[in-house]
Amino acid sequence: MISLPAPKPDILERRDAILADLGRLLPADAVIGEAIRMKPYETDGLAAYRQMPLAVVLPRTTAEVAQVLRYCHANGIRVVPRGAGTSLAGGALPLADAVVIGLMRMNAIHEINLEDRYAVVEAGVTNIGITKAVEGDGFFYAPDPSSQLACMIGGNVMMNSGGAHCLKYGVTANNLLGLTFVTIEGEVIQIGGNHLDAAGYDWLGLITGSEGQLGLVTEVTVRILRGPEGARAMLTAFDSVEVAGAAVDAIIGSGIIPVALEFMDKPCIHACEAFAHAGYPLDAEAMLIIEVEGSLAEQDMLLGKIRDICARFHPTSMKLAESAEQSLAIWKGRKGAFGAVGRISPDYLCMDGTIPTGELPHVLKRIGEMSVQYGLGVANVFHAGDGNLHPLIMFDANDPDSFRKAEEFGADILRLCVEVGGCLTGEHGVGVEKRDLMSVQFTPRELELQRAIKTAFDDGWLLNTAKVFPLADNPKIAA
Amino acid sequence: MTAPDTEEALAAEIARAHAAREPLCIEGRGTKRAMLRPVQAARTLSTRNLTGIVLYRPTELMIRARAGTAIPEIEAALAENNQQIIAEPPDLTAMFGASEAATLGGVVSTNLSGPRRIMWGAMRDHVLGIRAVTGEGEVFRSGGRVLKNVTGLDLCKLLTGAHGTLGVLTEVTLKVLPRAEATGTLAISVPDVARGVAALSAALGSPYGVSGAALLMEGQAALGLDGMVALARIEDLAESVTYRLARLRDELAGHGAALLLDTAASHAIWRAVRDAQPLDAAPEEAVWRISVAPSAAAGVVTALRAAFAAKLLLDWGGGLIWVAGPASEQAHGAVMQAAMAARGSFTLFRGPASLSAHVPVLPEEVAPLAAIARRVKATLDPLGLLNPGRMRG
Repeated sequence: MISLPAPKPDILERRDAILADLGRLLPADAVIGEAIRMKPYETDGLAAYRQMPLAVVLPRTTAEVAQVLRYCHANGIRVVPRGAGTSLAGGALPLADAVVIGLMRMNAIHEINLEDRYAVVEAGVTNIGITKAVEGDGFFYAPDPSSQLACMIGGNVMMNSGGAHCLKYGVTANNLLGLTFVTIEGEVIQIGGNHLDAAGYDWLGLITGSEGQLGLVTEVTVRILRGPEGARAMLTAFDSVEVAGAAVDAIIGSGIIPVALEFMDKPCIHACEAFAHAGYPLDAEAMLIIEVEGSLAEQDMLLGKIRDICARFHPTSMKLAESAEQSLAIWKGRKGAFGAVGRISPDYLCMDGTIPTGELPHVLKRIGEMSVQYGLGVANVFHAGDGNLHPLIMFDANDPDSFRKAEEFGADILRLCVEVGGCLTGEHGVGVEKRDLMSVQFTPRELELQRAIKTAFDDGWLLNTAKVFPLADNPKIAA
Repeated sequence: MTAPDTEEALAAEIARAHAAREPLCIEGRGTKRAMLRPVQAARTLSTRNLTGIVLYRPTELMIRARAGTAIPEIEAALAENNQQIIAEPPDLTAMFGASEAATLGGVVSTNLSGPRRIMWGAMRDHVLGIRAVTGEGEVFRSGGRVLKNVTGLDLCKLLTGAHGTLGVLTEVTLKVLPRAEATGTLAISVPDVARGVAALSAALGSPYGVSGAALLMEGQAALGLDGMVALARIEDLAESVTYRLARLRDELAGHGAALLLDTAASHAIWRAVRDAQPLDAAPEEAVWRISVAPSAAAGVVTALRAAFAAKLLLDWGGGLIWVAGPASEQAHGAVMQAAMAARGSFTLFRGPASLSAHVPVLPEEVAPLAAIARRVKATLDPLGLLNPGRMRG
């Protein structure tokens, strides 16, 4: 279990006064103090952890956010920013002495500029909401995390979210032009703008993925892209993980970069097939979903080249979608992978390490051994082009021993990812979940440097305290 | 000049300088010394001897090299596997009158990106990992070698483009991609900047994956096109380039007389655009780069031309405006004013110290951000010894 810092007793004592103060700063309906109404905010996508906050505020404007931050800063009150609360790493987990600032009411789209290919949206606009607003004109917003129907762009910026298509289109950081950033002192700063690569230090790059440690983001200027003429997927299955990995290397080595290249192992194939009836091959040890873009003729040409490459590795089956509908069917199982695992196990932990792609067979073999050792099932889905591995560890949350083992299993997987040259998290973020593993990837001095940069933005360590950085040896947080 | 041949020795040099409170001019091969402002330091510490490719895994789309490795050496190693540096960094040896090629550390420290930036991202988007030395002589790492990594604060992006003022890069890991099998270009004769940018916006708003969009101000007699010429590039498999260029030509037919360039001609013209050759900047002139939303470019150009005889080249769909002109405070003032009026950004990219030492070479930061910048700088270089004066006075 991950520990949270002791609440500040003086803050807990002043709770009523703080709520009254917040009520004066914000409209009445923007401040929530009753337990029953705070309940939806006590957890996020890492539902094993729950904590009721001191209060929840739901500002509607950047000015309101700035006022709340100014007040919290002046009074030494911790702040937990929150978008849709879909973080799988506990990035939005409240603290007992913290005010949760929920940005879901800031959901306006201020500007869409197709000529210059950008959109200015508030932090609470959903990821899919941006694409919905421009798709009528053939445009889209590229990063597509699995939670895209619910997750909000402000949260995407804070976690530098990825998705299945970042092999071609990059992650959130690669698709931003500007931010409206609010410091803990309540200063509103425009970072970047509606143009590329503002001169000076890359604050946009530093803030993106900073998990609420440096400040809040209330507005985002995103790049929007014209979509391709079309896209189509194929599926190919192999009788060993090693062979599937070699096929991935051969595709990338041929100079073709598919727009998506997804890998599923046998347990994952079975779980998804039972759930989605996508026609996945149940005898396979590993399966790839490969998607290409372009005109129909280009799709045929690319899928043909990839089919020829895969054929050299003696696939046990191959299926090229012949229509958009067949493509959707191939994707249906993959997109439902998390839900599918949820169907065969009461609970699961979704891990998110990244490994050098060549290490995949070794890493999957070791994960299989750990699965036996811990007595917990695991299904693996993998963004094979970029090395981002999502082992889904199955456990029973009603059994504390099962949960403890699942956490230890997950930590062992992440240590393995670092050991083979990878990292703890590819797209979900550190949050509270991987906080205590940071010392596996970084030296004490490297962590101290990162903490000092946070201190440069947030001297009192009020912003999303107890996330990202280990609590141990941190004089800024009394454990 | 001191040029250690190991990271350890370089760190020790910085630690000694820190103990002696001695400012240092940090450079690779010093090919871009006239960029931004002159450094106020008597001694130069160079990474030029930290050379060599450390790890290159073509199927993992990554290469790792020491900071002093020359860009052509990296490009040659990548070319053997038919891969390339994604951001297409310009070769500025001609513009800066340098006698050698730039280093990896220098290109990353200045976040130099070429035409492909518009589609595939800037240099900073492809820095997967760094090793660097703080102003106190401590080695630290950020990022790693994998393509997706959100572990901890992203100091790779913070140091990329920081011109050596937040730490000295000793090793950089880059994401790389395959080189396209073929390249083709649609060249369109356009009457003015506004209509040229409109043609480029139409190209970039097409579904054909345009990976370069530039506007040349002079007629291209060699191509047989008059007036300004808008260029749209497609890089892909040969069959795709043929198909996509034909479609693009049809869809942009209303924008002006057009012709198509093959792979060889495309490589030549885009190399020239990458290196800002059509700008034709004279040695005594200053060179600026302005970044704006493309639709603001025409207004910027009008404002500049009203102020001085500006030489111009537009890239990134019109969003990057290269400017050459007299190295005077009057011309610099006009550039700053035009960029700010368009809500954009600018750099005095190349200028004599007689100008650059006395003007802001980048936009000023608002007070609360400047305060954060000072604290971040104090964290990584507490005595302010690394490249003092390079970015701001």
